[in-house]
Amino acid sequence: MKTYDVVIIGAGVVGAAIGRELSQYKLNIAILEKDQEHGFGVSKSNSGIIHPGTQNPPNSLKGRLCVQGNVLIRKISHELGVDFKETGELIVAFSREEIPRLLGLKKEAEQLGVPWLSIVDKTWLRKNEPNLSKEAVAALYAPTAGIISPYRLVYDLCENAVRNGVEIHTANPVKNILKTDRYFEINMPNDTFRSRYVINSAGLFADEISRMVGVNNFQITPRKGEEFILDKKREHITNHLLFPLPQKDTKGVLVIKTADGNPMIGPTAEDINDKNDLSTSDNGLAKVLTAAKKMIPSISESDIIAYFAGLRPVAGEDFIIRHEDKAAGFINVAGIQSPGLTAAPAIALLVRGLLGENGLTLKRKLLFHKHRKEITHLFSIPFSITQKLVKKDPSYGDIVCRCEMISHKEIRDAISRGAKTLDGIKFRTRAQAGRCHGSFCTTRLMKILAQERKLPLTRVTKRGAGSEIVKKDRLDD
Amino acid sequence: MTERDLVIVGGGPAGIAAAIAAHENGVRDILLLERDQYLGGILNQCIHTGFGLGYFKENLTGPEYAGRFIEKLHSLKGIEISLSSFVVNLTSDKTLTYLKPGMLSTIRAKVLIMATGCREKTREMVHIAGDRPAGVFSAGLAQKLINIEGLLPGNEVVIVGSGDIGLIMARRFLLEGAEVKAVIEIQKESRGLIRNVVQCVKDFGIPLYFRHKIAKIRGKDRVEGVDIVKVDDALNEIPGSGSKISCDTILMSVGLIPENELVEMAGVKDVNKIFGREACRAIFKVAKLWKIEN
Repeated sequence: MKTYDVVIIGAGVVGAAIGRELSQYKLNIAILEKDQEHGFGVSKSNSGIIHPGTQNPPNSLKGRLCVQGNVLIRKISHELGVDFKETGELIVAFSREEIPRLLGLKKEAEQLGVPWLSIVDKTWLRKNEPNLSKEAVAALYAPTAGIISPYRLVYDLCENAVRNGVEIHTANPVKNILKTDRYFEINMPNDTFRSRYVINSAGLFADEISRMVGVNNFQITPRKGEEFILDKKREHITNHLLFPLPQKDTKGVLVIKTADGNPMIGPTAEDINDKNDLSTSDNGLAKVLTAAKKMIPSISESDIIAYFAGLRPVAGEDFIIRHEDKAAGFINVAGIQSPGLTAAPAIALLVRGLLGENGLTLKRKLLFHKHRKEITHLFSIPFSITQKLVKKDPSYGDIVCRCEMISHKEIRDAISRGAKTLDGIKFRTRAQAGRCHGSFCTTRLMKILAQERKLPLTRVTKRGAGSEIVKKDRLDD
Repeated sequence: MTERDLVIVGGGPAGIAAAIAAHENGVRDILLLERDQYLGGILNQCIHTGFGLGYFKENLTGPEYAGRFIEKLHSLKGIEISLSSFVVNLTSDKTLTYLKPGMLSTIRAKVLIMATGCREKTREMVHIAGDRPAGVFSAGLAQKLINIEGLLPGNEVVIVGSGDIGLIMARRFLLEGAEVKAVIEIQKESRGLIRNVVQCVKDFGIPLYFRHKIAKIRGKDRVEGVDIVKVDDALNEIPGSGSKISCDTILMSVGLIPENELVEMAGVKDVNKIFGREACRAIFKVAKLWKIEN
């Protein structure tokens, strides 16, 4: 039986950040992921906002970790070459009556240590955010807010963790966990691992994993958010992230800038029962469109080129991050909804501390590879560099995805870095994420994936078993 | 920088015809750029007949029809054909940068003809709600999978929209042994050719629902079905008229839009008006200008 010091359950951004943090120490670590690829759960539908720490209660754990994470993410994105951009955010008031609430938010955020906040007036808004509704009267400006690609962050954290010795086992759902004297025995359909410590970062399913070790003190409720992506032609519709004043369970419908250039509007917030329900609705579209137009009146339905829904794993108001004394060695990292992406690096530090307090010896490795070779994206480099790359490897000149300009080489790189599905290729490279949604390149992508992974074409999937693209190959007749 | 008398972007039927016509009119320095690995464009996957009735007085398939022009093109001197060549930049002075395996080149065109064709509207463009499983294809992608790759996308098909490609694919799926459960059209009548409605759908007894739309796509990993609903003349849903169809495949055949991104990049305004017949008029004007200039 394979034996580890630490097993992390769930390869979303939280599991990935913890894995990468712990990979600096002399430890045997495995990350288990139920899906075909890491980051396919909660993280892939994240808005990609690096929050400054506003809109959190001053004494909350999530508020503290968000402020710390906002600083840490800059270092990590620099080390890993992830595309973090500081855009700043505006929480907009639409009447004089709302201004006291802005001041309240500012005061709370300052208690948490959010830096450089200011209230900006109508004149400032006209000048710096010209498309914003004329109804806007003032805003709370938080310059440290930013954007990042949520799935690329997960991939980069995971790849760097693997480089430093962490094992990632995808398509390995945990079925049950047995506690013996010294170890947890973690059972999966085809394997059993043993580990001294278990970290539960299983997102929507964290409550079910926790119950496996007899800890039944929280429940995860999925809170659905529908998001709508606008055409890249509208990239500069805003200069900042735009927020309305927050409501009870949500920060409201936002106008978001994304790392890929396309603006995004959303999300809705609706508590549901089904942890697998990722459907969008006409109702959600109508709600988001109305709310987004209140901020930017020129947004129209015809700007929308794609949409999706994600689920926030909600377990009460705050994050749950604690060592469970009832099952010594088991750490719950649950209820990580917004601002989880921002907080992830800070959560990783907190978890490292909990492991140390509970008896795990943390000795630094002599050599930790903190840097990672930056990934090449032809669409983000000048032609002069492209020219050099094409000379070195001709397949950089073989364009497969025409809408987003992705070459054969980039597709192969994505596969060798871990993409096993068409969605995995899409999230790593943007191939199929453009205007034609894969109508032109799907056949070529299928063939490249089949060839590199030595799969029959009938086993190429969108996102794992059950989502095969085609039913039959005539060559098999 | 190299300068060419004529550069044609796109090696589909329009681009090939433009190259041949230019040659016939005396142009001897022609570069034809095609982004795919072969010439002929979408004709290659149109293996049904009905091509060439006017021009050749013969009933040909798409590849046969394209083949005749490609053969002619190859026989002409002074036409350089560059495959797998993808234009990445175009400026208003007709300077093009293109990538092909092993090289990135920048050239200037004295005259430029854009024959970049179109793409299909997607499920996302018409905002169909519901799940996002595998098994939703544009009709053209399904056609390519079956006719070129020899792959059958699915066994139980619902077709959304009654454009010609959708109608032709209804018959194609049926001939491949799949069941076509319905063609759903929001308008009062088909937007395809009457002969396609008759020969591809009605003759095979495929149900064709007018004034209906897809309310929702269902299926976690792979398509499991669709919810359809009747609409009134203002295209509003009629409450209580909903029903469900189970299927594993959905084809979208809801219209085409021109691939105008390069022309837009070069700063041309109102490019969306350049399409179909308008495009032909525009080409005609260019051809006339060509004669005047030379």
